[in-house]
Amino acid sequence: MPFDWQPVWLTLKLATVTTLVLLLLGTPLAWWLARSRAWWKEAVGSLVALPLVLPPTVLGFYLLLLLGPEGPGGRLSQALGLGTLPFTFAGLVVGSVVYSLPFVVQPIRNAFEAMGERPLEVAATLRAGPLDRFLGVALPLARPGFLTGAVLGFAHTVGEFGVVLMIGGNIPGETKVLSVAIYDHVEALEWPQAHWYAGGMVLFSFAVVLAMYLLERRLRRVGS
Amino acid sequence: MSGLRVELKTRLGGFELDVAFTAPATGVTALFGRSGSGKTSVLRAVAGLARAELGLVQLNGDTWQDEGRFVPVHQRPIGYVFQEASLFPHLSVRRNLEYGLRRIAPADRRIGLDEAAGLLGLAPLLQRDPRLLSGGERQRVAIGRALLTSPRLLLMDEPLSALDHGAKQTILPYLERLHDEMAIPSLYVSHDPGEVARLADHMVVLEQGRVIAAGEAADLMTRLDLPLAAFDGASAVLEGRVSAHDETYHLTWIGTGGGRFAVPREDLPAGRHARVQIHARDVSLSLSSHHDTSILNIVPVEIIDTQEINPTQLLVRLRMLDGQTLLARITRRSGVALGLREGMHLYAQVKSVALLG
Repeated sequence: MPFDWQPVWLTLKLATVTTLVLLLLGTPLAWWLARSRAWWKEAVGSLVALPLVLPPTVLGFYLLLLLGPEGPGGRLSQALGLGTLPFTFAGLVVGSVVYSLPFVVQPIRNAFEAMGERPLEVAATLRAGPLDRFLGVALPLARPGFLTGAVLGFAHTVGEFGVVLMIGGNIPGETKVLSVAIYDHVEALEWPQAHWYAGGMVLFSFAVVLAMYLLERRLRRVGS
Repeated sequence: MSGLRVELKTRLGGFELDVAFTAPATGVTALFGRSGSGKTSVLRAVAGLARAELGLVQLNGDTWQDEGRFVPVHQRPIGYVFQEASLFPHLSVRRNLEYGLRRIAPADRRIGLDEAAGLLGLAPLLQRDPRLLSGGERQRVAIGRALLTSPRLLLMDEPLSALDHGAKQTILPYLERLHDEMAIPSLYVSHDPGEVARLADHMVVLEQGRVIAAGEAADLMTRLDLPLAAFDGASAVLEGRVSAHDETYHLTWIGTGGGRFAVPREDLPAGRHARVQIHARDVSLSLSSHHDTSILNIVPVEIIDTQEINPTQLLVRLRMLDGQTLLARITRRSGVALGLREGMHLYAQVKSVALLG
């Protein structure tokens, strides 16, 4: 049987799109969590962190209800003419974003908190307005956090299984990502194919984590 | 109204800040006080980095804060130098300097990069990584960066306190040049009477969140009821002019209306304005003007008042013939032996005089 690349590409596509969405959503969220003095901010912080402790099936189950034809999310997407999201690639992206949110938000929030108030105050005394300070000072100084967040978000999305199974199902080319493909092969006792995917994942994950540590070490050396 | 007007009332934790003062539109005004007296809080409120509940901040008639108005920091024409240089680590020295400059409309720029670099000796540092600079170099860059916004008010929060003694000594001359060559009024926060003596024209003394005195620095430094005179390094600063050079003994004479003082030979033109600092511990008193002493500087003075600063020592405030003030620290025993009293005329023998520039 020829090697089926489709789940590989689909997984990479899902992880890439998810990471981009997470950076876009996670950055303002992390900024707010790092700087707000609202008493309820830790409640939001905990909500963001929930996917760390909840079984992915719980998350997937509620997302399914939320985005299904009878759920509020589903009604909204239908009203917008998008149809329902479960068992589509878009639905998978939504699930992955929620599932990987803490892995992106936490490192960026830490980086914003670690830089402290001072660089922004300095920029303000040098006539930089709020947006100017954010783009020109906060973002560059938080670079190591963005790097860690992006790598973790990407890698975590590549490795997800439970949420995918719950809201994505197993549609080749649409929602059948690597982890699901491996599961299928094992179920069907096609161990050599499972080995190719699984071994590849091990190598890939190792390379990603190693690259991240090395890059972080370099950034820290330059950044201290 | 020209100059800076500040009125602030706010609670900071368990501490109440309640100050009102004005500072002239020229020269350096020191905000002096112990740590915890509220100096930095005042400076931050003037900058707009902190917001006092009740506040009035005006510079030359422009209102930055009153009941209805709070101009955000980035719209105030200030330069701010923090205690730690706080250079942007992701930018080179040159880019740090340009950060503020690029945000100022060309028509409003009164100082350029080259001029600031020349003034502060930054030219050799421009291409460097700010993280690899010494503490003193970093603080000079920070001062240059603030200057390049062409501020109408320069705020400095103990810019030398994070530096070791050597670095301080190398930076002070730059600050003095700044003071002499740039006509920017400054508020300079310090708890170091030595720095104040060298740099300040005016002074506001803070204690526990309140102003306890304000006025000319030379006057306040010698007032016996203020903490400056009781300080171990208490000193007086005198204004004078270079009067002559003594080539044989390698001395320069600084003349004041009340007498002349010798300092080690300095290459300065005669007639140039000069400030000298005289520590209270270097002044002794004598009833006659002996000439059989190794001390060169003997000037006639009148006692203004005296105060015990500890069980052994007495601080004596002296008026010279031209009205300038000297401080002398002597033992109580000598004070009794000489029969010191207010209004008494005698001679001050000054062992050591430092030229401030």
